[in-house]
Amino acid sequence: MANKTVAFEIKRQASPDAPAVWESFELEWRPGMNVISAMMEIAANPVTADGRATTPVTYDSNCLEEICGSCAMRINGKARMACSALVDNLEQPIRVEPLSKFPLVRDLQVDRHVLFENLMAVKAWVPVDGTYDLGSGPRVFPQQQEANYPLSNCISCCCCMDVCPQFNEDTGFVGAATIAQVKLFNNHPTGKVFKEDRLRALAGDGGIQECGFAQNCVDTCPKQIPLTDAISDVSRDVIIQKAKDFLRG
Amino acid sequence: MAAPRIIVVGGGLAGLAAVIKIAEAGGTVDLFSIVPVKRSHSVCAQGGINAAKNLKGEGDTTDKHFDDTIYGGDFLANQTPVKAMCEAAPAIIDLLDRMGVPFNRTPEGLLDFRRFGGTLYNRTAFAGATTGQQLLYALDEQVRRHEHDGKVRKFEGWEFLSAVLDSNGTARGITALDLRTMELRSFPADAIIMATGGVGALFGKSTNSVVCTGSAQSAIFQQGAYYANGEFIQVHPTCIPGEDKLRLMSESARGEGGRVWVPRTAGDKRPIKQIPDTDRFYFLEEWYPKYGNLVPRDVATRAIHKVVYELGLGLDGQPMVYLDLTHIDRATLNRKLEGILEIYEKFVGDDPRDVPMKIFPGMHYTMGGLWVDFNQMTNIPGIFAAGECEYQYHGANRLGANSLVSCIFGGFRSGPNALEYAKNLPAAADDGGHAAEVARQAEINGKLLMNEGTENPFKLWRELGQAMTEHATVIRYNKGLKLADEKVAELLDRFKNVNLSDRSQWANTSFAFARQLKNMLELSRTVVQGAMLRNESRGAHYKPDFPDRNDEQFLKTTKASFTGSPDGPRFEYEEVDVQYIKPRPRRYDATK
Repeated sequence: MANKTVAFEIKRQASPDAPAVWESFELEWRPGMNVISAMMEIAANPVTADGRATTPVTYDSNCLEEICGSCAMRINGKARMACSALVDNLEQPIRVEPLSKFPLVRDLQVDRHVLFENLMAVKAWVPVDGTYDLGSGPRVFPQQQEANYPLSNCISCCCCMDVCPQFNEDTGFVGAATIAQVKLFNNHPTGKVFKEDRLRALAGDGGIQECGFAQNCVDTCPKQIPLTDAISDVSRDVIIQKAKDFLRG
Repeated sequence: MAAPRIIVVGGGLAGLAAVIKIAEAGGTVDLFSIVPVKRSHSVCAQGGINAAKNLKGEGDTTDKHFDDTIYGGDFLANQTPVKAMCEAAPAIIDLLDRMGVPFNRTPEGLLDFRRFGGTLYNRTAFAGATTGQQLLYALDEQVRRHEHDGKVRKFEGWEFLSAVLDSNGTARGITALDLRTMELRSFPADAIIMATGGVGALFGKSTNSVVCTGSAQSAIFQQGAYYANGEFIQVHPTCIPGEDKLRLMSESARGEGGRVWVPRTAGDKRPIKQIPDTDRFYFLEEWYPKYGNLVPRDVATRAIHKVVYELGLGLDGQPMVYLDLTHIDRATLNRKLEGILEIYEKFVGDDPRDVPMKIFPGMHYTMGGLWVDFNQMTNIPGIFAAGECEYQYHGANRLGANSLVSCIFGGFRSGPNALEYAKNLPAAADDGGHAAEVARQAEINGKLLMNEGTENPFKLWRELGQAMTEHATVIRYNKGLKLADEKVAELLDRFKNVNLSDRSQWANTSFAFARQLKNMLELSRTVVQGAMLRNESRGAHYKPDFPDRNDEQFLKTTKASFTGSPDGPRFEYEEVDVQYIKPRPRRYDATK
């Protein structure tokens, strides 16, 4: 009896200027198989379903346990992490393509550097005086910790941005991930010293008012971060900040 | 003279810690990383970070932390740096807290601590079960702040290839490869800090991330750096076996009360919940009543091996045992362990709050690494190392939650030390060796890219992983180690016949991988041959033919150096600094 197999269709593109082509692969099924292990199998045996030699697929990956945020791609049309995409839970042929809103590098690899630029623009850090010993940190009650911890779980995968209808070149929208980090740092007893700067950074073009409340972000986030709550809260703070700035002239 | 320029290679906890200290002291840093630094392997650390803050009224002290670490490491670690690390740990926790790490809290709003393996104290601060992620993010944010202020330049997506050495053998920079454009370039520096993490890929599948190949430290080793204690490899007792990797199930699961067991009767067909306590074999608790499920990792791993392979009690005859949390209420589990429970749920499909997890040991950590002096400098002047890629804090076995503290402490030490060294460095004669090193690397790259062979590098890697896992992990026999070494030699030979199925000059991952593979093969020999030569059992290194620790012969640091000969590295041994705690037998079945 022939071994059970798994069918894949993978969108390939050799470089940003090259034409995109779909390649089919037929791989031996293994228990617990995920999309990443399929990529590894192709690398060890780079032959398409119709027996043609090809190249190993280029894609980002690192931790393979959904904590580093590297392996985001579109699998059967859905932006998600490839490591936690178990083959047994997916309809076949499994169609794999790169995220759609970011500059393509090659195959499934895209450039998501914009998120890190956004995090710099909103000063997503706590400005400590220095790393020398200054004694213990501010007191934080468990209720506050439990509110902030989920926001701090963002893995920068950018899935929330890929599925957002407003995240595009026309709006220049920063996207939900950055807004959630603004909430996190504005909540921190020391981090909130930059609260006004952060809110002003989100007040202009590409800022928080670009959000159209499609809610795709919160449905897509692999870490179930309460993104729409964060957008509502920060949106309110931005409006208050704008009013204050207006009155101050 | 211009301000010293330091290169840091690797953006995990150790690398970022070094960067912050240098930037703070007024130096400028070029930071190189294969992945965006926020995606480094440190994110995978789960359970917590140790520091004897004594916030639970137990009378814990940094001396006790020091003693637990030395004892847990079976006395192989030099004691002076370990003592300094344990003394610095409480202030490191405070600093991380000030940086905004969302550590779990007590009702009063203070830091909460839990117990980990190899200690009897609640000494581990934690942020849920994603502590490494939270710590890495805190340091990443501080580095971004320094980047914003122009003190740090990031080279993300660049892979380190080699150090640039001048005619005196002093480091003057590095060569690196842009993984997108495949451009090869050299970068000048007055000192280099290697913070390139672990070597999991030597074993094929491990708990490590994809980038943890050991390739960078192997390159430095091949350029003349000593590699120390390479044979000491930690196999973590509780992992989820997978097709692509072994996923860690944190020791914190046991720290919060998780129990390891198997049915007393092989093939017990009853549903799990109908197996009464009397028919369950809680073997760690029976064999080690004092530490119970929190014996150190090497002890727990060997116990699981014994239960599965000697007693034949693996679940359904498979190499697996239960790790059981189902007796703990869901709210507590969610508050303290959610991150790891989600991993199990997502990758296995069962909810560990309802059914016991099925786990088995997997390769996790290298205690060995680049040899460094107490200032974190390797024997190559100007090359420093910090974090998992160096050898000095964990001896023959690392205690859980000591890795994060050693990474940050090592990074904090190496940064200022590198800066101090760089300030006193005389200028290089001529170009410091840059042109020659770029030419050497260009030749290697050219040959590899056009090689007309038949061997697929990913297949060679699988064979390496199988041999290393079979012969050089939990239980070691000289006969098996010899087979593994012969296998590595064979693979090195077959590597000459490698064929990249991709010859393009754009984002060519096969090319990058093949370069890593060559370095993995060279480094594997330090592990296998180091293990062969050490005829004793100590910490994670266990030889049934030599079951006892032999201090007279082997209370020594192994130092391997590269020879280029087909026989592999040369080995020498160095005395261990034991000036504070006299070596005593290590027994977790009795009070120490």
